[in-house]
Amino acid sequence: MNVIETTGLGKRYGKSWALLDCSIAVPAGRLAALVGPNGAGKSTLMNMTVGLTVPTDGTVTVLDGTPIGSPEALDGIAFMAQDAPVYKNLSVADMLHLTHNLNRRFDAAYARTRLTDLGIPLKKKAGKLSGGQQSQVALTVALARHPRLLILDEPLSSLDPLARQDFMATVMTAMTDDGVSVLLSSHALADLERVADYLIVLGGGQLRLAGETDDLLAEHQVLTGPAADADRLASQLAPVQDKRAGAQAHLLVRNGGPDAQPVPPSWEPHPVGLEELVLAYLRPAAAANPAASRTSLSEVSS
Amino acid sequence: MTIDKGGSPIEFRLDPSSGVPTYLQLVQQVEHALRLGYLNPGDQLPKVRDVVAALTINPNTVLKAYKELETKGLAAGRPGQGTFVQASLTQVALPELSGLRRSMLGWLSTADEAGLDEDGIVALFTSVLRDFFKTRPEAHKGAGKTKGVA
Repeated sequence: MNVIETTGLGKRYGKSWALLDCSIAVPAGRLAALVGPNGAGKSTLMNMTVGLTVPTDGTVTVLDGTPIGSPEALDGIAFMAQDAPVYKNLSVADMLHLTHNLNRRFDAAYARTRLTDLGIPLKKKAGKLSGGQQSQVALTVALARHPRLLILDEPLSSLDPLARQDFMATVMTAMTDDGVSVLLSSHALADLERVADYLIVLGGGQLRLAGETDDLLAEHQVLTGPAADADRLASQLAPVQDKRAGAQAHLLVRNGGPDAQPVPPSWEPHPVGLEELVLAYLRPAAAANPAASRTSLSEVSS
Repeated sequence: MTIDKGGSPIEFRLDPSSGVPTYLQLVQQVEHALRLGYLNPGDQLPKVRDVVAALTINPNTVLKAYKELETKGLAAGRPGQGTFVQASLTQVALPELSGLRRSMLGWLSTADEAGLDEDGIVALFTSVLRDFFKTRPEAHKGAGKTKGVA
C-alpha cells in the first residue's frame, strides 16, 4: 500500500514550473524525507498532497488511491505547515477546545495527556511558549486526530538541537504506537540520517532520486582510482558525481544490488553517506547530464 | 527522556561517527553484550518504543535489527511482550582462552623484539587474520575437534 502516489505531477506558476513531471510512490509505514534546496518544489508537492494547491498537470492520490479533498483523505491526513503555526493569543487549553470542535475526529484526552507529559502548561498562551514547545503543541494537535499520514513541512528549521530531538522523538513514538506514516521536508540532512527510511530528493522542481534509504545507500559507492583510467570507467558506469585531480579520481556511481558490476582492479570502493549522496544528486552538473563526463568536470591537465 | 523501565539489562547507544549503519550497530551491541555476559538467554531486549524514544531513530530500524538477530537465531519475538534472547554466544571455555592468551603473549614479545611497534603489530595481525579466514577450507569452527592454533 502506498500513502502517496503521484503520476506526472506538475504545478506551474505563471511561466515557471515549481514542480514538473514528478512520479513517486511512497510506501506506508515509513518516514519519508523530502529534501532539496529552497525553491526545489518541496512545499508545492506537499501542498498538492494535502489539497491546498491544485495541480496544473498529472495526478496525485493518498492513502492507497484516495482522491485528494475527499472526506477519507481529509480525515486521514494531518498537515503541519512551516513554522509550527499556533494561535498565539489563545491558551493551549482553548486551542485544544477549538481544534476539537473544528475536526470530525479529535482525541482530546490524548492531546492533554501528551502535553502534560511534556510539561507544557495548558493555561499559558500559546504565543508565550518557547519555540520548541509551540512546535510540540502543533504536533500534538496534528497527532490527536490520529491520522494515517502525517505531513510536516520544515518542522525542524527553527528549533534548537534539543527541541529537534524531542520533536523527532515524539514523531518516532507515534510511528511506533499508531503506525502513522510520515512525510517530512527538511534541508538539515544531518538530522535525517537516522530517522528517514525513505528518501525523496527534489532539485529545481524536478525529482532527482527516490527510494528506500538503505537500498539507495547500498547501491551507491565512490570509486577511487587513477584519473588516467577514469574516462573509460565513467563511460561504463555513468557516475552521478565525477571529481578529478591530476592523478586521482573519485567517481560516485550507482552500482549495487544483484546486478552490480565488479569493481575494476586498481579502483577502490567506498561506502557513501546520506549527505554525500543527496548533495551529489543536487549538483546541477550531475542532474543535467549524469551520463557524460562534462567538459567542466573533466578538465584534467595532462 | 530517560528510560527507566528496568525491562532489559542493556541499553543501546549510537556512535554517529562509526559509519556503521544504525541497525547494524544495534545488532553488534547485542552480540557484544552476549559475549561479555551482560545478556543471557531469556533476557528481554529493550522495547522498540523505548529504543525509538531514547535514541530518536526510526522504529523500522530497530525492527530490522531485531529481525536480523532472529535470523541469526540469537533472539525471538514473543507477540505482545517483546523480543527475548534465545541463545548465548559463549566463546571458548576459560582454560582454553588463557592458553591462547599465553601463546599470543609469546608471539607479541617476538614481534616486539623484531622491532614492530603497536600499529605495525595490529596491521600485521589484521592482514594475517583476513588471509587466514579467506584461505581456510570449508571446515568450520564447530566441526569436530580442531587442532590447536598455536
